[in-house]
Amino acid sequence: MTANNEVLLHVDNLVMHFPIYRGVFQRQVGAVRAVDGVSFDVKRGETLGLVGESGCGKSTTGRAILQLYKPTAGKVEYEGTNLVTLKREPMRQMRRKMQMIFQDPYASLNPRMTVGQLVGEPLMVHSVTTGEEIDKRVEQLLELVKLNPAFATRYPHEFSGGQRQRIGVARALALNPNFIICDEPISALDVSIQAQVVNLLEELQQQFGLTYLFIAHDLSMVRHISDRVAVMYLGVIMELAEREELYNNPLHPYTQALLSAVPIPDPVADAQRKRVILEGDVPSPANPPSGCRFRTRCPIAVPLCAESQPEFRELRPGHFVACHLAK
Amino acid sequence: MPDSLLDVQGLETTFKTPDGVVHAVNGVSFNLKEGETLGVVGESGCGKSVTMHSTLRLIPSPPGRIAAGQAFFNGRDLLTMSNDEIRGVRGAQISMIFQDPMTSLNPVLSIGRQLEEPLLLHLGMTRKQAEDRSTELLEMVGIPNARERLKDYPHQYSGGMRQRVMIAMALSCSPQILIADEPTTALDVTIQAQIVELVKRLRDELGMAIIWITHDLGIVAGLARRVMVMYGGYIIEESPVNDLYANPSHPYTIGLLGSLPRVDGLHQDKLFSIEGLPPVLYHKPNACPFAPRCRWAMERCWKENPALEPVPSSPEHRVACWVDTKTGRPRS
Ligand SMILES: Nc1ncnc2c1ncn2[C@@H]1O[C@H](COP(=O)(O)OP(=O)(O)OP(=O)(O)O)[C@@H](O)[C@H]1O
Ligand SMILES: Nc1ncnc2c1ncn2[C@@H]1O[C@H](COP(=O)(O)OP(=O)(O)OP(=O)(O)O)[C@@H](O)[C@H]1O
Ligand code: SF4
Ligand code: SF4
Ligand SMILES: [Mg+2]
Ligand SMILES: [Mg+2]
Repeated sequence: MTANNEVLLHVDNLVMHFPIYRGVFQRQVGAVRAVDGVSFDVKRGETLGLVGESGCGKSTTGRAILQLYKPTAGKVEYEGTNLVTLKREPMRQMRRKMQMIFQDPYASLNPRMTVGQLVGEPLMVHSVTTGEEIDKRVEQLLELVKLNPAFATRYPHEFSGGQRQRIGVARALALNPNFIICDEPISALDVSIQAQVVNLLEELQQQFGLTYLFIAHDLSMVRHISDRVAVMYLGVIMELAEREELYNNPLHPYTQALLSAVPIPDPVADAQRKRVILEGDVPSPANPPSGCRFRTRCPIAVPLCAESQPEFRELRPGHFVACHLAK
Repeated sequence: MPDSLLDVQGLETTFKTPDGVVHAVNGVSFNLKEGETLGVVGESGCGKSVTMHSTLRLIPSPPGRIAAGQAFFNGRDLLTMSNDEIRGVRGAQISMIFQDPMTSLNPVLSIGRQLEEPLLLHLGMTRKQAEDRSTELLEMVGIPNARERLKDYPHQYSGGMRQRVMIAMALSCSPQILIADEPTTALDVTIQAQIVELVKRLRDELGMAIIWITHDLGIVAGLARRVMVMYGGYIIEESPVNDLYANPSHPYTIGLLGSLPRVDGLHQDKLFSIEGLPPVLYHKPNACPFAPRCRWAMERCWKENPALEPVPSSPEHRVACWVDTKTGRPRS
């Protein structure tokens, strides 16, 4: 958690729309506006938390950054290079530095490959080493994530969720990346196992100076692990600030409601809290509300909110908010 | 215990599997008083659902078998009454919200049909009465345009709305006990908060008792009066809610609470982690089931499985552990 101020990743007005086709001729009738103009920086060595409710576009943002999707518009600069316009081969080289850990430790590992093959695969694909060296490296990687190297010959189904997630982490580390997108790496795990995986991620970060984009919907865990936090709603970032600033002094009505909805495992503290219960559901990203996207659920919306989309303003140093009324 | 509405004693349930007999519930006893909310917490596979399914005789058999126990409801044993009688209790006097709303709603029947069915079956209402009552129920759980929306099918409802329908359905016959099995786990926090508020309001209005199953120690803190913690098919700690969080006594409960970061910023530099994995029990253990993961384990723990006993400071707070975790010394 020793972030310096060097910007490793600069995301500028990133847009990712998925076309919707209908009818026999599969005409495009609209688009899911999964990510709709998102800008932020990630500094070298830090953990930026990205939170928001299901379907708000967190995973899509992560995938568009890694160019697993071709962004509809916008720039993604990694160490100053715009990935969106990068050709195939240089992008392939670039990809070694950026990895992703996925949400579902059950679905994200090929069941027909052994643990050794899974962890060694990135090394083969990028042909960085020879057979014998690969075996050595795999052993090293398994030790790093605290798995017994003898497990290399076993298959994923022989492991628990937490162990599979470690396999995913080992695989992501194989090519010595600088930057890892952790897409809900612990949501599928049991409580006692979540702490094991989070502690591991933190240790590895310290050891290798890794930079994380940590995607999650658990605001308590995000508070624990992040240096700065961005809050997303319907494809847009609503608020971004340093961790303590965001949790102690949220300025956006959505962030305020979201934080107040998180239960606290302490009956006394929980009873003393003021709750903001939001009405209704998140609208569809295929047809988001005009103006401010949060206005259909916002407890303090005014007519202006339907007319114009609030700018993402820096209200205090490093604290950005997209709300007409926030001061 | 005369004032308890539900009194379960010595419940044991096993499953025959290709790998051997799984001892899912191993002598669980608890009671529920009228109007009380009991939280049941524990990690995946610890036996929360099987305990409640056994109580309502919803265990598929084979492979499942209720090997021992009694479950008195209003003084009568649910485990020995006739099939007709238990069907009369289920869904009417004791109703259950199941873990996954998508599998428990029938996708090809309208929401209205599904709401009306128990009313026709248990309460002998006419179609018209059932429709009016269903509209009322949907309104009660906060679905706008309720009468219109009766015609819709489950896929036309959002996840949060489906969960509200499940609650409406469970409450339709005004049960004395509502058993809610992880009813908010799949939902976003803002929707989860809506549902919890709704359940609190309905509980206060209708005065029913609730058993709320979850792995989220945060939710029970704000909802339950009493909490029991399960591990490996046993209740390992049971206490009034405030005392459980203020003085967790079992090493597992202490570990669980220590592994949770808090949104209100009691910031820990490093999360406490319980190493190892929860057990799957292929035989009833003659050791403490938590021993392989326990920092406090001593010789006796490997030889004898401790029973639930009151802690010295509070007779209502019970724990199954040989060690007094406050002092680190054996309990006398
Ligand atoms: N490949 C795709 N094609 C069409 N729509 C998509 C695709 N991927 C995502 N979407 C839609 O884009 C929106 C954002 O999805 P995304 O997976 O990014 O959300 P998320 O914030 O990661 O949610 P969760 O917390 O549930 O993982 C959703 O409405 C989703 O249905
Ligand atoms: N039909 C079944 N056949 C075989 N084993 C079963 C069956 N149902 C449950 N079990 C086993 O019984 C044990 C207890 O399961 P149970 O469903 O009660 O767990 P739970 O505490 O509800 O977990 P979760 O939080 O995942 O819902 C588990 O080991 C499970 O694998
Ligand atoms: S811009 Fe308006 S609707 Fe949006 S959050 Fe601010 S007050 Fe609410
Ligand atoms: S009985 Fe022994 S092993 Fe079991 S929880 Fe207590 S101290 Fe740990
Ligand atoms: Mg996602
Ligand atoms: Mg269950």
